[in-house]
Amino acid sequence: MPERIGKNTLLLTSNPSVIGFAGVGGITEGEGPLSEEFDYLFDDDEAGQSSFEKAESLIHKEAVERALSKAGKSKSDVDYIFAGDLLNQCTGSTFGIRNMNIPYVGVYGACSTMALTLSLASIFVDSGAANCAVASTSSHFCSAERQFRLPLEYGGQRTPTAQHTATAAGASVISSHVKNTPCVSAVLIGKIRDLGIKDANNMGAAMAPAAAQTISDFLSDTNTKPEDYDLILTGDLGKVGSALLKELTEKDFGVDISSVHNDCGLLIYDMENQDVHAGGSGCGCSASVVNTHVMNNLKNGKLGKVLFVATGALLSATSTLQGETIPSIAHAVLLTGGERE
Amino acid sequence: MATTGKEYGKMAKKASPDSPLIPDCIKAFLIGGAVCCIGQAFTELYSLLPIEKDTAKTLTSMTLIAITAVLTGLAVFPKIAKHAGAGTIVPITGFANAMVSPAMEFQSEGRILGTGSKLFTIAGPVIAYGCSAAFVYGIIAYIFKLY
Repeated sequence: MPERIGKNTLLLTSNPSVIGFAGVGGITEGEGPLSEEFDYLFDDDEAGQSSFEKAESLIHKEAVERALSKAGKSKSDVDYIFAGDLLNQCTGSTFGIRNMNIPYVGVYGACSTMALTLSLASIFVDSGAANCAVASTSSHFCSAERQFRLPLEYGGQRTPTAQHTATAAGASVISSHVKNTPCVSAVLIGKIRDLGIKDANNMGAAMAPAAAQTISDFLSDTNTKPEDYDLILTGDLGKVGSALLKELTEKDFGVDISSVHNDCGLLIYDMENQDVHAGGSGCGCSASVVNTHVMNNLKNGKLGKVLFVATGALLSATSTLQGETIPSIAHAVLLTGGERE
Repeated sequence: MATTGKEYGKMAKKASPDSPLIPDCIKAFLIGGAVCCIGQAFTELYSLLPIEKDTAKTLTSMTLIAITAVLTGLAVFPKIAKHAGAGTIVPITGFANAMVSPAMEFQSEGRILGTGSKLFTIAGPVIAYGCSAAFVYGIIAYIFKLY
């Protein structure tokens, strides 16, 4: 059963296991440093579909099916699927999983969705409400550009602070504790933070305050220090947001995370040679990095304790046009390697 | 002491690199200049035909629009425009790209409510405010008898 410690953190006392995980990506992700670790890479932005939205749904479905197959579970074994994405009404995920016949909970957390779905699925398993639950999310560069920005072929320039939405999806299958698998040991559902950033091309800056708050809340609730973790991994702050996060945690909370911090938006692409400006973003970015690179390293023992903090900018194309500031959120999931035999 | 929005605004501005103004200006000047030179070359070429000077200029605009449309369709235009910035937006190439890119993009929503209604997503404001500005200038020209 989940046990509340401190003000916001839930300890998942049964240590639910991530028995299956998979990450799939597109062309740009396949050219990045993690290409070898992806379970599947699509070599076509449309993935053989007639629209980018359909392509995103297919990518989402692919991630869920691969995670289930690696977990050795069939769709009928799954009690709930928690899924979401960036598209209006979350059609990227719902259309992808519509024929799976699994009870579905739609979740919107913008780019923080992986941490949110992972938290909910794990809480359900830990509390006994589910024996097996799936958490999944996806994003597609082209469908996101269409919805949030300008047509793809429009000849404009992007600012150096802009981030590149990953064409990727990730899925985790959570079940009761088994040995030698990555576990979800604790979760923290974050609070909305808004320090007045309005620039939709600088989401890293908009989201850094939420990440700083969530990290410091988690450390304070669990009475731990950054050095107690092998990695504090934020989801998609990119270059600008990561720098601001370190500055904020030090200034506001007196915590120096620089020695253990990394960011999914910086890991997924080759920041020197790929044209991705401030780094990766989109739900699929942290979802695919966590469900490939991080889970693999937790499983093989190279990583022992990872605090995964996915961040989301809770804006819409309309709110940006209306000059609103960008409220942001960050959720934390403590991933551990589980005991070894 | 928690950082206030005002303080954070300053921190974010400091942490956020600006677009490289001087290299961007140089590239815009060179590529934009090249577009104009190409346009001038077409005008000179068309002037060799037995047609009026104004017709030669119209043909030049049409040629640049056609080239841009093809380059947009081949996904080459955005690659040039990424470096050129205003160098390709300001000439008629920018307008052509602004029409063709949504026309391509919104095909998946159908010919009428997709391509048809979204065609002017980017160019619409240019046309609306361009016509309004021309109207205001027309009144000024009439009152002050500029012509």
